[in-house]
Amino acid sequence: MGTAADALEKTGVTVRDAGDDDAVAGVRPRWVALPESAEEVAALMRASAEQDLAVVPVGGGTKLHWGLPPERCDLLIDTCCLTAPAEHAAGDMVVRVAAGTTMEELAALLARNGQELALDVPLEGATVGGTLATATAGPRRFRYGTARDLLIGITVVLADGTVARSGGKVVKNVAGYDLGKLFTGSYGTLGVIAEATFRLHPIPAARRWVTAAVAPGRLAAHSLALAASQAEPSAIELDWPAGGPATLSVLVEGAAADGRARTVLDLIGEGRIEDEPPPWWGRLPGGEGGEGDWSDGSDGSDRSDGSYESVAEALVELRVPPSRAADALAALPRPAETSVRGALASGVLLLAPPPGAALPAYVTALRAAVREHGARAVVLAAPDPAALDMWGETGALPLLRRVKERFDPGRRMSPGRFVGGI
Amino acid sequence: MSLREITERLAGVLDRDAVITDPVRLRTYECDGLTYHRATPGLAVLPDTAEQIAAVVRLCNEYGVPFVARGSGTGLSGGALPRTDGVLIVTSRMRRILEIDLPNRRAVVEPGVTNLAITEAVRDRGYYYAPDPSSQQVCSIGGNVAENSGGAHCLKYGFTVNHVEALQVVTPDGDIVELDARDPGYDLLGAFVGSEGTLGIATRITVRLTRAPQAVTTLLAAFPDIETGGVAVSRIIAAGIVPAAIEMMDALSIEAAEAAVRCGYPEGAGSVLIVELDGPEEEVRHQFGRVTAICSESGAFEVRTADDPAERAAIWRGRKSAFAAVGRISPAYIVQDGVVPRTALPRVLAGIDALSREHGIRVANVFHAGDGNLHPLVLFDDAEPGAGERAETVSGRILDLCIENGGSITGEHGVGVDKSRYMPRMFSDDDLDTMQLVRCAFDPRGLSNPGKVFPTPRLCGEVPGVRKGVHPLVASGQAEQF
Ligand SMILES: Cc1cc2nc3c(=O)[nH]c(=O)nc-3n(C[C@H](O)[C@H](O)[C@H](O)COP(=O)(O)OP(=O)(O)OC[C@H]3O[C@@H](n4cnc5c(N)ncnc54)[C@H](O)[C@@H]3O)c2cc1C
Repeated sequence: MGTAADALEKTGVTVRDAGDDDAVAGVRPRWVALPESAEEVAALMRASAEQDLAVVPVGGGTKLHWGLPPERCDLLIDTCCLTAPAEHAAGDMVVRVAAGTTMEELAALLARNGQELALDVPLEGATVGGTLATATAGPRRFRYGTARDLLIGITVVLADGTVARSGGKVVKNVAGYDLGKLFTGSYGTLGVIAEATFRLHPIPAARRWVTAAVAPGRLAAHSLALAASQAEPSAIELDWPAGGPATLSVLVEGAAADGRARTVLDLIGEGRIEDEPPPWWGRLPGGEGGEGDWSDGSDGSDRSDGSYESVAEALVELRVPPSRAADALAALPRPAETSVRGALASGVLLLAPPPGAALPAYVTALRAAVREHGARAVVLAAPDPAALDMWGETGALPLLRRVKERFDPGRRMSPGRFVGGI
Repeated sequence: MSLREITERLAGVLDRDAVITDPVRLRTYECDGLTYHRATPGLAVLPDTAEQIAAVVRLCNEYGVPFVARGSGTGLSGGALPRTDGVLIVTSRMRRILEIDLPNRRAVVEPGVTNLAITEAVRDRGYYYAPDPSSQQVCSIGGNVAENSGGAHCLKYGFTVNHVEALQVVTPDGDIVELDARDPGYDLLGAFVGSEGTLGIATRITVRLTRAPQAVTTLLAAFPDIETGGVAVSRIIAAGIVPAAIEMMDALSIEAAEAAVRCGYPEGAGSVLIVELDGPEEEVRHQFGRVTAICSESGAFEVRTADDPAERAAIWRGRKSAFAAVGRISPAYIVQDGVVPRTALPRVLAGIDALSREHGIRVANVFHAGDGNLHPLVLFDDAEPGAGERAETVSGRILDLCIENGGSITGEHGVGVDKSRYMPRMFSDDDLDTMQLVRCAFDPRGLSNPGKVFPTPRLCGEVPGVRKGVHPLVASGQAEQF
């Protein structure tokens, strides 16, 4: 055993040798550590700093293949065991939760007191930490915002082992910089998220979904009218599978959900009101019957049904001013083979590119086609990430780099996974 | 010296009347809303464009001179306190609304535009800008961004940071950059909002517009004492209702408001609660029934309702006048701003009461009860020797109470110069050093609003390389190296 292994062992944290299954976007680490507390993460980070080890944190592993492959990866910090019991202060409508807790576990806990974190998670098994690190959100972003809007406090462990906290456990708080914002969506490149505190919402008395097939030519008008509706929908979602019809589904929540759903129905002019979401609701596009979740790996090979392969292979996120979303969709290359799903009125749509398409060429064509509509395309997952520009253009890249340099001067935190090779 | 040179070189950048060197005119900028910190700026400029601001900032860099942004100067933590050796960059000439884009529910504005002006520009089309600080008629949107300002309605609608979609920023080294929520990368936009002018100057702001609710109902409930009012608040929240606002005033602040604006709140009230419900009509009607019932069950002896703007204004008049009104019952006062978990409110209010008795200083309590944001008004007579110091003590001890109860030293007024010394009570050295990393990434030379927010900022130094050699923990004997 080399000195690095010794150093890791000295931390007292459970560490094992990595296997092929532990690969991060194809890069196999040497060790996997299973810390149980922020202090243990800190001990690992100190040992890694000492030994110049590159570290990649992982949550549920549901999105581990998102982002670029790390330039190097010695130690995988599996946060699965950061599961200290959550503190749910129901009267204050906040919860403090360890990063390894899964979003399902958290939801179950909160539901006992009639509350929820108003953040939809597309993939089962996702942890709090992983959800934050990738800034995933779902349909209800339209009303409640995304993880960064619901996060009120965070504890992180930096590359040198420093444990730092910002925010707190009160919703209203403007003391100091908001590190939570910075770490949300940072893809593990700034440090390890150990704990988070969220503001919560009461679970609404009732929920109704108004679902209707709509002609593509009507999407823009519907989106506009629904977003401006005083029926106050919580989500306005589009599902448009490759070669299939476009479906809109609109969620209203609250004691008066029935009446509001009828208002929404009148706006769309047709459709049905249901107590349950359509099967595809909140899922990633490209699967059939809504089962487009691909929680277990980058190649989709262990799927029993090969039809999900396209889902597993590639996923693109389109961000577009809401009023231009329909135009951008109309301009997509190979529209009949592209599956689209997402928050139409927020202008955040996920695309599953044509199965078997030469992805780099597709993405280039896509970016060129949607640019005039003010849209940006980020490739969240790709079979061969190195072959294309996953992140696309971004403003302020020099500043992003400077932030990274300050937090991780040795480039040891998930190096190379993020925008601009950060 | 360097200020004189900067002044000369600004001749090519700014109109003559946009550069203020006259000491009398400079004095008008010597403080913000927190008037007991004063400093006359070395130089003040009134730029018109982002390019001009960038040019001024680059000159400041060249000479190593600090600069401070100022919007409307209503800040209550001394955030816009000038530097006598620095340049004050005032955004009051940048008051254009550049674009209103209703289909995308957003507006693009210059930093000097007042908060209320945005709402006024879109109100007749059924939209408004949701964050509503009480100072909204005067405060600038740039100042709101810097302070992450909230308002009575942020309980339901969130703060400035939840309503800003993009920023154009002049960085502390004078570059103009775009921070856009839609761009991939770190959420620098989120980090910038609330940074109190220490990460650069916002020169163009894209804000989200909110659709006006279909119905608004405001009710005023009067309780015999503060405890019963507090119980009602807890029950409303426990019932799963998120009102647009829940505001509370205690007997002393009611007395002050009565003296100042004759708000006509029910006589004999030990506390009043203002609850505003908004949203789809049916939803509001339903919630209104529940809230009224809860207030009565909790001991309210009178509940009034307002359904039209005039009646609503009458209910809000007392609350909105509260800060200024205490001037009627006290020669001097300190406006405090702290936050506690809502469930800790009874305990903290009792603590404040004890402090008040112990020091012989009256405290009027006005607060955003829904989110535990307290604004204790610490009253004193500045003519009485030692009273100011005692009031300071009480005011500071209230912050300690907030921290002890898991809260924050500021919910909306910011840290500024006023509270930087409390930061180490709320945060560890490691927390503060980590925040400092953000500062150093944006402003390695520490020229942008120095001396605010952080108690004793470290020098940024060069970006350290990979750490080789002895780890500090080893050097200090806290760890071994093998
Ligand atoms: C009577 C009264 C009531 C108030 N009520 C509330 C309330 O309900 N809620 C609330 O949150 N606040 C409230 N405030 C505080 C204050 O109004 C807010 O903090 C407001 O956002 C300050 O805006 P301003 O334009 O006056 O900023 P200033 O006071 O001029 O500056 C505040 C800070 O912002 C920085 N700054 C200004 N412009 C820029 C810019 N363009 N880019 C970067 N930094 C900049 C300054 O350097 C300074 O640090 C109140 C104040 C008063 C006097």
